[in-house]
Amino acid sequence: MTDAALTVTNVGKSYREYGSEWRRFGMWFGLRSSRIKEHWVLRNINFVVRRGEAVGIVGQNGAGKSTLLKIVTGTLGATEGGVTASGRIAAILELGMGFNPDLTGRQNVEHSAGLMGFSRSQIQMLLPEIEAFAEIGAYFDEPMRTYSSGMQMRVAFSLATAMRPDVLIVDEALSVGDAYFVHKCFKRIRQFREEGTTLLIVSHDKGAIQALCDRAVMLEKGQLIADASPQEVMDLYNALIAEKENGSIRQVSAADGQTATTSGTGEATVERIWLQDDQGRSLEYVGVGDPVDLVIRVRVNAPIEQLVIGYMIRDRLGQAMFGTNTSYAEQVIENANPGDEFELHARFAMNLGVGSYSVSVALSSTETHLVDNFEWRDLALIFTVANTQRAPFVGSTWVPPQVTIDCNGQNMSLESASDAQGGPRLVTGR
Amino acid sequence: MNEMLEAVWRYRHFIVSSIKNDLRSRFARSKLGALWMILQPLAQVAIYSLVLSRIMSAKLPGISNPYAYSIYLLAGMQGWSLFNEIVSRSLTVFVDNGRLLKKIVFPRVCLPLITVGSALVNNVMLFLVMIVVFAMLGHFPVIALLWMPVLMVITAAFSLGLGLLLGVLNVFVRDIAQFMMVVLQLWFWLTPVVYMASIVPPSLHSLMQLNPMYWIIDGYQQTLVYGHGLDAMNFVPVVIASLVLLVISLFLFRKAAPDMVDVL
Repeated sequence: MTDAALTVTNVGKSYREYGSEWRRFGMWFGLRSSRIKEHWVLRNINFVVRRGEAVGIVGQNGAGKSTLLKIVTGTLGATEGGVTASGRIAAILELGMGFNPDLTGRQNVEHSAGLMGFSRSQIQMLLPEIEAFAEIGAYFDEPMRTYSSGMQMRVAFSLATAMRPDVLIVDEALSVGDAYFVHKCFKRIRQFREEGTTLLIVSHDKGAIQALCDRAVMLEKGQLIADASPQEVMDLYNALIAEKENGSIRQVSAADGQTATTSGTGEATVERIWLQDDQGRSLEYVGVGDPVDLVIRVRVNAPIEQLVIGYMIRDRLGQAMFGTNTSYAEQVIENANPGDEFELHARFAMNLGVGSYSVSVALSSTETHLVDNFEWRDLALIFTVANTQRAPFVGSTWVPPQVTIDCNGQNMSLESASDAQGGPRLVTGR
Repeated sequence: MNEMLEAVWRYRHFIVSSIKNDLRSRFARSKLGALWMILQPLAQVAIYSLVLSRIMSAKLPGISNPYAYSIYLLAGMQGWSLFNEIVSRSLTVFVDNGRLLKKIVFPRVCLPLITVGSALVNNVMLFLVMIVVFAMLGHFPVIALLWMPVLMVITAAFSLGLGLLLGVLNVFVRDIAQFMMVVLQLWFWLTPVVYMASIVPPSLHSLMQLNPMYWIIDGYQQTLVYGHGLDAMNFVPVVIASLVLLVISLFLFRKAAPDMVDVL
């Protein structure tokens, strides 16, 4: 194991409840007390990350991800076990920590670089580089309070990655900022990796985990429950979430803290709504273009002459991506009786761009819910589309093209590349 | 212990730049900037002089300057403000920097050092202003210039010992800072800064002498007001007390450091 960059050995973290602070003070002086309650948030965590490897850490909120990261970075002490790392660890956990709004970008960088343990000469050497990477122009010498949050994040990231660390810890922090800069950040992270930096990535974003990581570990209730390929771990993660949803009766608030709006007279109600793959496995993350089955289970509570089920997929801003109903589909239910249960299957290919989407459901008697509104439910389901298999693209829909290029009226092809003598030729690029 | 010193040495630039930034951020966005650090204690002295000079001036023997009481006040304030600033800022230094401690790895002992450093810088500035005021009042305590660094070091050591000890405990029991703010006010009035020790009934003198700040403030007054040298014997107990406090607080700090982040 000479190439291990990071070894986490039997790490456990417990928070102690002392009941009285006097017992805590007693502990420092070697006094033991049986009345101290230990409360473990992490236990028996073992894994090894090799040099240059990228490992994702996934888990639900409260699973212990950030505690583990704090122990790895060293801000938090482990109660048992330990972490050994070779080389310098840098964390993009809380970008811009310790920035003073009254100081200029340059002064803040000088100061925070000192906090990161750089010597003065190193800082002077790195400053021009940091200034150039941040690309905020003359603002670099303006007080930080005049910065937008995006600009602050630019300076912070430039500083955090000014020198290639041996282990880089990337948190969700990266999701803020403008697309151009985020792209630039990822480019730098990838470059670090090629040069041998080990990555530790924490994210709820399946896309990021699968795109960047060689391996993923999953935490659940403070235990390491999986250490496998990103695909396997994300499947397990999906399964775990699905299980949780099955177990509970109904959740009022949506996963991201938004409250789902439900209205209607209640003659029919949505029992459950979920996305599943062709084998009937419940999905939270869907790959671009993957076939899915949107299932809406409706229970009838009172006699209904005519029932129309509609749904609409919205992006995270609430804009409609696609919506239809059983009236448009010419499959209207008539004479539904109390106790009847209907299951609508909408099978389609997920031709949407990368992002988070929600599904709204409407139960009505006609194609518009303005006449009878049995139930209208926003944010009934939230899912994420990730691009893991397809060629990279931007935008909110997936419209895959067939790309060909003609040169001087003649079709170019990759195969004929060797024939060309000094002229333009077609290569796969990177 | 050695590694702590090493870490401090490695982070010396950070400590210096923190002190600098501390000053800088006070300059920023206020018209009078750093002047306020000096104006505040001076205003306090002016108020006390105005209110109390009539009662007090008669009782200041051995000094003929008509502004004797103001000079006396300034001397005492010079010492008290250093003590007060270090203790009150050390009390909350870990709590105030909780976010930083939780997120970034750096030698934690830097924080109290920054506090002491910036308090010392402020105090030196106050001292320079005081010298100017003294000169304007026709008072030139030359010998004091020699003793001032010694007094400052002793005051800082005592204040840091006490402040760090309580600052560490305050992370776990936040009432300590609140309680100490009251104690500091009371302490101020129990120490002869505004009044002279001579107005205290002799029966209470031995009690008053148990207060380490009595000896420290007396040192300031002896040098700055009367132009005397320091009597080393007076300071032996204070120096010992400071060292004991420093050792205890460092020991406590090392024991508590791993626990600290858990509760911040």
